[in-house]
Amino acid sequence: MRARLAQATRTPPGRLRLAGAALAVLTVAFGGLTAWQLEARAQAADRVVSYSQPLSQNAADIHRRLADAATTATTGFLLAGDEPKAVRDQYEQDLATAAELISQAAARTTATSPAQQKLTELNQQLPVYSGLVETARANDRLGIPLGGAYLRYASEKMQTDLLPAALELTRIENEALTRDYADAESFPWAAYGLAAVTLAALVWVQVTLYRRTNRVFNIGLLGATAAVLAGGLWLGVAGLTSGDALRRSDREGAAPLRALDTARVDVLQARLAENLHYVARGSTGKYLKQWDAATASLVGQGDQQAPMERRTGSLPQALDLAPGAAAPALREAAKQYDVWHGLHDAARDLELKKSDYQAALNATVTANGEQQTSDTAFKATDKALEQAAGIEQRRFEDAAGGTHNDLRNAAVAAALLGVAAAAAALLGLGRRLAEYR
Amino acid sequence: MRSRTVRTRPAAALALLTAAAAVLGAGAPSGAAPGTTRTAQQAQQALQEQKDGCKPVPVPPSATDGPSVKAIKSKGVLVIGVDQNSYHWGARNPNTGNLEGFDIDLAKRIGRDVMGDEKKVVLKPVATADRIPALTSTDGSGVDLIVRTMTINCDNLDKVAFSQPYFNIKQRVLVPHSSKAANVDDAITGKTVCAASGSVAWKVLDAKRTAKRIVQVDNQLDCLVRMQLGQVDATMTDDELAAGQSAQDQTVRLVDGFEQPETIGVAMRQDRTDLTARVNQVISDFYRDRGWENSFEKWVQPYLPDGSKDPSLYWPVN
Repeated sequence: MRARLAQATRTPPGRLRLAGAALAVLTVAFGGLTAWQLEARAQAADRVVSYSQPLSQNAADIHRRLADAATTATTGFLLAGDEPKAVRDQYEQDLATAAELISQAAARTTATSPAQQKLTELNQQLPVYSGLVETARANDRLGIPLGGAYLRYASEKMQTDLLPAALELTRIENEALTRDYADAESFPWAAYGLAAVTLAALVWVQVTLYRRTNRVFNIGLLGATAAVLAGGLWLGVAGLTSGDALRRSDREGAAPLRALDTARVDVLQARLAENLHYVARGSTGKYLKQWDAATASLVGQGDQQAPMERRTGSLPQALDLAPGAAAPALREAAKQYDVWHGLHDAARDLELKKSDYQAALNATVTANGEQQTSDTAFKATDKALEQAAGIEQRRFEDAAGGTHNDLRNAAVAAALLGVAAAAAALLGLGRRLAEYR
Repeated sequence: MRSRTVRTRPAAALALLTAAAAVLGAGAPSGAAPGTTRTAQQAQQALQEQKDGCKPVPVPPSATDGPSVKAIKSKGVLVIGVDQNSYHWGARNPNTGNLEGFDIDLAKRIGRDVMGDEKKVVLKPVATADRIPALTSTDGSGVDLIVRTMTINCDNLDKVAFSQPYFNIKQRVLVPHSSKAANVDDAITGKTVCAASGSVAWKVLDAKRTAKRIVQVDNQLDCLVRMQLGQVDATMTDDELAAGQSAQDQTVRLVDGFEQPETIGVAMRQDRTDLTARVNQVISDFYRDRGWENSFEKWVQPYLPDGSKDPSLYWPVN
């Protein structure tokens, strides 16, 4: 064995055979490793587009739908017998959509994932919540204050069980999204390294051959070099463009959407607290504090007259991160929010300073759609935010949509080029070897 | 009105004694205490006051306007703090938007008698915890009177003044019909009991230490929600609020027995003695012209358990 090895390295044909084997292994390894690394990134990019971003958005939608259901339920309750059909429909729509989103998310989530546990919790609590709301409604129709107590109990369940579970779900999904983004964008060091080693080996073999044989070109080895170079170039171009597209999809889509989701939830929390204050009918001051906390999270506690860009909070942050196309919608939302805040303060004065509960309630919700109330200003705010979210979601899809295909094509190309390079190298060295017979 | 001699036989029930005193009291001029009859309840009340080391200074009723009443009249509006969550005491009817109940009747009567016009009265909902701050605040957002089942006790007397008492209250226990508990101790011992946080009921439960667990909620009505959902076995609250609860749910009942008899009154600032005298006059008139009894029959009596429907059990002896 040792003798055969010694002979293989000592004699020129043996060295040629060895070089051929080494080059074949290197080029095939280059193709395989590059294809494998690109495929891993293609899969991560595919997960970003098909799973983690939709699931992250889905979780945020569940959270928002639940908060909206709670808000709408209190609006309907405050309007009592005057509750318009639209309000009732919206409440039912919210619950139906939330249930649908929960089952969709559950179908796409593995059984052992912590997200699945939160989805199960939501699935169990949602019917309990809606049962309590119906009890509240029935009691309210009888004109007894027990209805209000039930609605406050239901809302408390929403605020302490359902919404935190949905928030936790969103956090888990956002973490998965961040992980998938990192996987998809990670730099394929090993593939680049092996490309360099393979090219160096090819060049070294060619230089050595030139010195020994005085033949300038070996077509086979030249072809192999070209194939490896092409593979490396494809790897570089696909890596750079897809990395850029993914970063853009995060910068203009996923990241601003997350900020926007936070702002939308703050808006809903504020609206829910505003309604619950009137449901409680002055029996507790805690909902005014909840309103203050939600609006502070939305636009900060500082000067409420300052331009939105100079405030702190989730809305200014969403505006700051928003791509140019979504900015006008967000500025409109900020404007509507200011109107809403003004109406809220006026209603609060009516109730606390003028002791006119009914007038304050009428300034907050009314069955008459024409009149400007806190509720209509809230709806305008929410609508503008929804519009901005639509723009950002499209931005995300446009930017990230094709990346996994680009990466997968590059992976296939690298594998084929690796095999081609190996074949070419073996062919080229085979010619030289034939000269020894 | 018919007068009755007080029996001295030991068998004489507390109820009968109270009734007698109430009738005597009501017959006296301006509703002042007769002063000669001591009933068991009076004795108990005196004992309580002695124990607590405080006793309200009685302010004789007066129909004349003093400086504070004149100031309110020149302001043109009398602001009365009320509840809008206590069914049949002070509650907003969600279908009409109107406040209604026993306390609301009294508040309106005070407004009508003092201001001469019901329209010059503003009924302002006040949270339990805000009752005293609303009276003592000086920023213009406060109230002149509180008519909101406010207990006359030493803690409150320290900070505000009270009219003469207008209702006797006791802490009672509500249980679902299915419960086998016969009396207060049965219903509480080893059970999960609900009470509004900071309420007298909570203090009583906390002092007794026989309940397995005390569930604290913001409002006594939240206890009924939890009892309907099977989260608590019993609820302790004032008998008047308990009556409000059983009016909203026919499947709960009051058990026999009570704890901590007290009285409630109209609260106001301590530096307005003339207003206190004026309110005392209204309360006396309210009782004398049967307004009190009419309101009692309308809002409270139908929901009281059999055997404790007698109005004289609830009119405090002055």
